[in-house]
Amino acid sequence: MSTVSSGPIVVVDYGMGNLRSVWQALVSVADGRQVLVSHDPSVVRSAERVVVPGQGAMPDCMRELETRDLRTAVLEAARNKPFLGICIGQQMLLEHSEEGDVAGLGLIAGGVRRFPDEHMVDSAGRRLKVPHMGWNQVWQRSRQALWQGIADGERFYFVHSYYVDPLDAGWVAGTTDYGIDFTSAVARDNIFATQFHPEKSARPGLAMLANFVCWKP
Amino acid sequence: MGLAKRIIPCLDVTAGRVVKGTNFVDLRDAGDPVEIARRYDEQGADEVAFLDITASSDQRDIILHIVEACAAQVFIPLTVGGGVRSVADVRRLLNAGADKVSINTAAVENPDLIAEASAKVGNQCIVVAIDAKQSSPGAWQVFTHGGRRNTGLDALIWARRVQQLGAGEILLTSMDRDGTRNGFDLALTRAVSDAVDIPVIASGGVGTLQHLADGVSVGNADAVLAASIFHFADYTVRQAKEFMRERGIEVRL
Repeated sequence: MSTVSSGPIVVVDYGMGNLRSVWQALVSVADGRQVLVSHDPSVVRSAERVVVPGQGAMPDCMRELETRDLRTAVLEAARNKPFLGICIGQQMLLEHSEEGDVAGLGLIAGGVRRFPDEHMVDSAGRRLKVPHMGWNQVWQRSRQALWQGIADGERFYFVHSYYVDPLDAGWVAGTTDYGIDFTSAVARDNIFATQFHPEKSARPGLAMLANFVCWKP
Repeated sequence: MGLAKRIIPCLDVTAGRVVKGTNFVDLRDAGDPVEIARRYDEQGADEVAFLDITASSDQRDIILHIVEACAAQVFIPLTVGGGVRSVADVRRLLNAGADKVSINTAAVENPDLIAEASAKVGNQCIVVAIDAKQSSPGAWQVFTHGGRRNTGLDALIWARRVQQLGAGEILLTSMDRDGTRNGFDLALTRAVSDAVDIPVIASGGVGTLQHLADGVSVGNADAVLAASIFHFADYTVRQAKEFMRERGIEVRL
């Protein structure tokens, strides 16, 4: 075991809901490493790796990120540290969201869109409900350290009405079929982000988080 | 392939203990909700639901400790309901580690609570529980207070209303079937599921695996909830899923 440790794993708390389950799930795979939940920009800066979760509505999330002075710290982390975005924490990486017509952080060219009503039917002609809630399959579209040990097509837990639509297909790390084939994971360099909730996705979710904890991008 | 239909085992909890006994042979403590939830997770449950039926208000906070302990060990979604009366109650449960909170009587008495709660915490966290009883063929009325009080509300109208107010999901229980083991009220389930755009969890009356499958394939439910068939170890969640998959229903296995 290496004793070299360069800081904690920090879950960024910008006041949007409960982060306990993200924290608990990370602790369960962190192998004794320190996992902190913090709203303090300096703690985020001290992190070795950063997790940005998020639930609720994107406009509220962006506003809270600003109000709490966390925007810059999150942007910095996304530039040079192992960075994991979850749900709204993924959506905010894009330029813009249809939800509340709000600007995101703009790290990924493209937008966040609502599931289009006209495509919300399954192969049997039954209406698909929104929010997309439950366990759906994630098809791996690129080789990623975070997919290691996870079967292609594995099911993860989703709950959302909006999805990311990156302009550059090079960002797409996973896709999921729900009326449309949408991007359910993005990745590039030190950034990995998912629409699904690994912290609520039983064994496959924990496996992904374990991969993140020791990821060396 | 696509979104799986969910199976949700439900535990009735009072003062921190599971009410109905369980026949899990190798549980150290059959009354411990956390240990049972963990067992269901191992069996492949898609979510777990706790219904807090604690009568006395001074024991209400016990559920928070149970939720905390559960969230530390079980990494699937957890829904908690029973006695939720305010946004503060919703927040307390979410902060303890619940992923969704279900509101029943208080939603009928104060529909604004649904709007207020979903605006504060997001509609994905708000489940409205509807207890319905047939009043005439093809018509059902909403009951509260554990099925004792008829509100006179039409179940389909109420279901559409709670969606409008911001519910993220509906937990629909047939009071006619609850506890009978005669199967879901499929006409009710289908009528409500077709009336709304949000997911509907069917509940009340499951006695066989066929009942679970019917809830999805006939009732159009997005998820099925059951208590006793899993508690008494008649079937495991995995057996239920295998049964459903053999009948062409998409499940997570």
